[in-house]
Amino acid sequence: MNIHEYQAKDLFGAYGAPIPKGCAVQHKEEFDGAIDEIGSEAIVVKAQIHAGGRGKGVFTDGYKGGVKIAKSREEALAAADAMLGNTLITKQTGEAGKQVRTLYFSEPCDIAHEYYFAILLDRTESKPVIIASTEGGVDIEEVAEKTPEKITRVHIDPLYGIRPYQTRQVAFGLGFSGKQAKQMMELTTALYRLFWEKDASLVEVNPLVLTSEGDVLALDAKVSFDDNALFRHPDIAALRDIHEEDPKEVEASKHGLNYIALDGNIACLVNGAGLAMATMDIIKHYGGNPANFLDVGGGANEDQVTEAFRIILSDPNVEGILVNIFGGIMSCKTIAEGIIAAARNVEITVPLVVRLEGNQVEEGRKRLAETRLPITPAESLSDAARKVVDLASSG
Amino acid sequence: MSVLVDNNTRVVGQGITGKAGSYHACNNIAYGTNYVAAVTPGKGGTTFENSIPVYNTVHEAVEHEGANTSVVFVPPPFAADSILEAIDAGISLIVAITEGIPVRDMQEVKAALQSNNARMIGPNCPGIMTPGQCNIGIMPGYIATPGKVGVVSRSGTLTYEAMYQLTVRGHGQSTCIGIGGDPVCGIGHTEAVQYFNDDPDTDAIIMIGEIGGSAEEEAADYIKNNVRKPVTAFIAGMTAPPGRRMGHAGAIVSGRSGSAKAKVTALEQAGIAVAPTPTEIAETLLSIYRP
Repeated sequence: MNIHEYQAKDLFGAYGAPIPKGCAVQHKEEFDGAIDEIGSEAIVVKAQIHAGGRGKGVFTDGYKGGVKIAKSREEALAAADAMLGNTLITKQTGEAGKQVRTLYFSEPCDIAHEYYFAILLDRTESKPVIIASTEGGVDIEEVAEKTPEKITRVHIDPLYGIRPYQTRQVAFGLGFSGKQAKQMMELTTALYRLFWEKDASLVEVNPLVLTSEGDVLALDAKVSFDDNALFRHPDIAALRDIHEEDPKEVEASKHGLNYIALDGNIACLVNGAGLAMATMDIIKHYGGNPANFLDVGGGANEDQVTEAFRIILSDPNVEGILVNIFGGIMSCKTIAEGIIAAARNVEITVPLVVRLEGNQVEEGRKRLAETRLPITPAESLSDAARKVVDLASSG
Repeated sequence: MSVLVDNNTRVVGQGITGKAGSYHACNNIAYGTNYVAAVTPGKGGTTFENSIPVYNTVHEAVEHEGANTSVVFVPPPFAADSILEAIDAGISLIVAITEGIPVRDMQEVKAALQSNNARMIGPNCPGIMTPGQCNIGIMPGYIATPGKVGVVSRSGTLTYEAMYQLTVRGHGQSTCIGIGGDPVCGIGHTEAVQYFNDDPDTDAIIMIGEIGGSAEEEAADYIKNNVRKPVTAFIAGMTAPPGRRMGHAGAIVSGRSGSAKAKVTALEQAGIAVAPTPTEIAETLLSIYRP
């Protein structure tokens, strides 16, 4: 689960990591109060959406930039007026953009140098790694490729937790000394505690800055969390912003379906995540474009398939549906009956191709062939993919 | 011979008195798997299916029944604790079926496994099966047949596809290992391939991977340097967009790492025959392996 910058900064603050003074606003009436609270002459106004590239983004009405450094109250109010409620398009939002429902006002700072700092899981080592670099504000992967010597990596043992010598490795690795080294060590400890205690999957600060006054400060904040651990963090779960998610995906998750919207024309409904990905691939292999990823899990019962059909058909780009179920434990006969009942519950307006394999497959295929519903049975997954792509393009 | 589990495996089921656990445990037992005990705290002294003794702790199951392998069906909030209990009781192989265990918990489990020389398959996996001898987890028994091909996979239903394709073509499997789709897991691709390589009764290997992480690339490296048996691979997720988690917690392309394309390239460079589609996994293997 992702959260907004202002929420991440609240968490930073709660854990004692230094951030510029700031205040989030959702209504126009709060603008003046927020500026008063920050108390500086100039104000940074930042649109809060779950996407990167905000500074270079453009709003649908032509207004440029989702991050503005306003020199006066008037400028800040004008920028905030232009952004709030407006829809921002960045390189990460897609063409539709994202509506800005919250703004973050903060105190600007004079930057002497920009750094990069992140904590995430190193899958190869199965432990968290802190990554820090003297090259901040840029694409860290490019730095890793071109100048790997500029990156400090410190692995933390999950059983021992972070140790002072490791925070020193980070601080000195970034070239800090004296007061700044101490600040960096404290920031590292604070953010590691946040990462570990709140089951974060990523804590990223890009840029982390050294101000011209000589202080280390987290200028940006990005935090995402392990969905599997939200059950033990109601405070974090409450930060979820449903507006940032695809409504179809939200609806799917309510029914135990794992759905991800894509931009193709062939929808698929599959049991198992790996097989679902492979089904998307084979659709592409035969010239179609997958409209979604959809894993119905092990069961694939009538209720789930009905709901899945509804969600799939709410996507206007869908021109065909491929159902691919490997009946492992559950019999294909039961699955076929579920699909037929679901197809009756929902008016299927596009070609529907079904491929079943596994337990009692003959009976399952027989049930599909007997029905008078417009279901095209397939012999194999290749056959199914070919058929659905053909039917979609001819329809 | 086979890999990790066989006729001599003595299984203790953790959390198998619940609905899903008992369903799959009964299937395993019907297959002929030797379940010697169940562990459900609070139900000690009763029996499972009228014959298998239930204990309150794994330690008792080890002491009284000689259990050496555990299968975990315990719900996510308590699963890591159950795995740690099994490690502490001296269980040498833990098969963790549970889906949705927090990654933080698994990092602690992983560290405990390493310092105790215990091995784990999973979590979030279909389990492990040596056809004709032992089936632990949720794999359907009928799709497998005893034979010489070792299968290792991150995904459940894709494993079934591969096993089934082999079986209908008359080729059996030595052992099938579903390593699971989580970012932190026990036995990985490389380790599984190593076991198959060392097993005299495994003649060929199928490895099924997916986007995310770099385990397939590491296995490709190992195969290139150590394995002379024919290896076929399939990678799911060619069309997966970056930054989106494709069902499995581990299946996510982040930045430049973990893409299917990079994995396929690494595998091909290691001399592995990569199946172009999931329906051609067995055929691809049989094009380089003639038993």
